[in-house]
Amino acid sequence: MNVLMTGVGGQGIILASDMLSEVMMRYGYDVKKSEIHGMAQRGGSVMSHVRFSEQVASPLIPLKGCDILLSFEELETARYVPYLKDDAQVIINRFRLAPPSVISGARQYPDIIPFIQERTQRIHLVDGSSIAEEMGNPRGVNIILLGTLSTLLEPDEALWIDCINTMLKEKIRPMNIEGFKKGRQVQIH
Amino acid sequence: MKKMLSGNEAIARGAYEAGVSFASAYPGTPSTEVLETIAREYPRVYAEWSPNEKVALEVAAGASYAGVRSIAVMKHVGVNVAADPLMTLPYTLIRGGLVLVSADDPELFSSQNEQDNRHYARFAKIPMLEPATSQEAKDFMVEAIRMSEQFETPVLLRTTTRISHSMGIVELGDVADQRTPSVERHPAEWVMLPANARVRHPLIEDRIRALRDYSNTSALNRVEMADTSLGIISSGVAYQYAREAFPKASFLKLGMPYPLPDELIRDFAAKVDELWIVEELDGFMEEQIRAMGIACHGKDGLPLCGELNPDIVRQAITGEAVHSPVQHALPGRPPSMCPGCPHRGLLWALKKNKCFIAGDIGCYTLGFLPPLDAIDTTLCMGAGINHAHGMSKVFGPGKEKIAAVIGDSTFFHSGITGLANLAYNRGAAVIVILDNRTTAMTGSQNHPGTGITIRGEQTTSLDLEQLVRALGITWVRTIDPYDVKKTRKDINEAVASEGPAVIISKAPCVLLKSRTVSGRRLSVETETCTGCKACIGIGCPAIEFKDEKAYINGMCVGCGVCADLCGPGAIGGAE
Ligand SMILES: Cc1ncc(C[n+]2csc(CCOP(=O)(O)OP(=O)(O)O)c2C)c(N)n1
Repeated sequence: MNVLMTGVGGQGIILASDMLSEVMMRYGYDVKKSEIHGMAQRGGSVMSHVRFSEQVASPLIPLKGCDILLSFEELETARYVPYLKDDAQVIINRFRLAPPSVISGARQYPDIIPFIQERTQRIHLVDGSSIAEEMGNPRGVNIILLGTLSTLLEPDEALWIDCINTMLKEKIRPMNIEGFKKGRQVQIH
Repeated sequence: MKKMLSGNEAIARGAYEAGVSFASAYPGTPSTEVLETIAREYPRVYAEWSPNEKVALEVAAGASYAGVRSIAVMKHVGVNVAADPLMTLPYTLIRGGLVLVSADDPELFSSQNEQDNRHYARFAKIPMLEPATSQEAKDFMVEAIRMSEQFETPVLLRTTTRISHSMGIVELGDVADQRTPSVERHPAEWVMLPANARVRHPLIEDRIRALRDYSNTSALNRVEMADTSLGIISSGVAYQYAREAFPKASFLKLGMPYPLPDELIRDFAAKVDELWIVEELDGFMEEQIRAMGIACHGKDGLPLCGELNPDIVRQAITGEAVHSPVQHALPGRPPSMCPGCPHRGLLWALKKNKCFIAGDIGCYTLGFLPPLDAIDTTLCMGAGINHAHGMSKVFGPGKEKIAAVIGDSTFFHSGITGLANLAYNRGAAVIVILDNRTTAMTGSQNHPGTGITIRGEQTTSLDLEQLVRALGITWVRTIDPYDVKKTRKDINEAVASEGPAVIISKAPCVLLKSRTVSGRRLSVETETCTGCKACIGIGCPAIEFKDEKAYINGMCVGCGVCADLCGPGAIGGAE
């Protein structure tokens, strides 16, 4: 199973992909995860590849190899269409962050849905960012989206909660568990 | 116990398990997390940020001479800086195991070149190990320390971005004791003057022969026989790509790609119909294997540039084209300086004053991007001051406005000697030291100017202005880069001084807690805004242009640079 997470530096993608990897390791799979840190943190595009199965060789998801794309920002979804399998599931957080050429007025923020529909119709729009705002924790969008993603995967809720408890500091656990549960309630089937 | 670890975390864990006592590094992507992990997780290991990689390797060698196990960690180009000690260290007696970790960056995710540091192993005549998983990253570090002590040689542990920054499952191992330091004197082995070095050189040649024998029998190199119509020799992450592309092929997987196991390779080559050498960047193994008289494929099909992946490997070997899906022309999202970054106003002011701006490496290099377009050269760390000096010498004083910008961490790394040269040789360039109190580009590491060590302890903090004066520069001024009008005046005065001049642009990085900007968001009075786009010209991600007017979004931290240069005075809000 190949899960790709995409978005913009600073959205908490690395932590989300760390958690997914930890859950899948504890569930019993071989897991590999790959991403680029460094320059990309300065507001650039970020992607994280997470792969799990009986045995994983390459840490990279091949083109046309992605089963689930979890995208934290709309435009960043469209950038990775070449990775999607024909019937891939795509979860898109309804959130737009204008890139420099749109900010300066040189280009328009594109409508990305048609690009994704060229490859798959299984597209789920999720209001992760607004849920996070309502909860008074705008930075918690990653855990909400992880909650939504978890409904497409085998491990049950308890294992996820267990991993949140071991990976996060005590002070921020309740807020994150609440966010995770809110994300799990989002209907995407 | 099993744990998900990145390659870098695994290398740190390996150093801990191997009984390493001393670890030094200068930050650099993709190597930085090795020392950060050691500092955070393994308190019994002494850790330090050295000001540059030459220092890092030499202090680690000092620890080894005192009998304890040590490692020095750096990115690929850092080894160039450390190359001087590296080339002679193998001549000297190694007491405590000494491992040099080089993290290469195929595809240049965050580097100025994609050099292949495997050549350094051959150049310096030292053994090299190359892990292909996080598990191997840990295990090979333990093995590298052992090998270093057995053969009394430094060992190169080479990783790449995809190993350092990928996570995998690691089974943790037992932790060895550290060694007790003691003073010994070995002048014939440690004082490398010609008479001694001449005696040591043949030992290196003997040692590398012995290491070749070791490589032939070591479990680090593994034969995996399957279908013999295709045989692949590979190492590092390239092995994983080839394995995924050809699960049924036979493999010779090399964990120790230098010195190459010649017998193993001959044996393997004889058993397979077609032999491919799959490696990223240069044909390092392939050239040596061809020189052994073995027919093989490699760089006749595989690229010399960029990283590999399973698709590229499959296409090269089978010849069948990979599906290349249509990619839509989407607006790009390059990295950019943060809203409120103190570098922005300073670069804008230099540009407005029509200076040629010799650049250096750090977050300010991003000022190269439009709309700022404010960086004219970037070569390697420390080069900017010297570019500016060379150029301004050619023109003579008062002819052209030649400036250089250099970050504080880069200045301590390799800018001080350039500045001494500028003073000594009576240069006329204007040098701006961007003193943001951190090494921002690589994720905010401390350095000799911050007054804090890698473990957060208080220490002395180098006084930049005093240092610059001590080097012989008389025109020195510390300025506030958020006051762009005053900054432009200061730059003009520095240029007019017609001698070497140094401006210290002092304001902490906005990502630091000590930042000086208010954090309160500014706003644009729409009726007053004339749509002149002056504010758009500084390239701040917090200022958007919609319906012929500027608009400030939620990313604003209130640094006020845009308000300063807004002609009609439409921007205001925070105090
Ligand atoms: C020889 C070498 N070592 C390390 C690096 C990685 N690196 C790039 S920029 C930089 C330092 C940036 O710090 P500073 O000069 O203070 O600028 P800032 O990013 O804080 O603006 C480092 C360590 C490199 N490119 N070359």
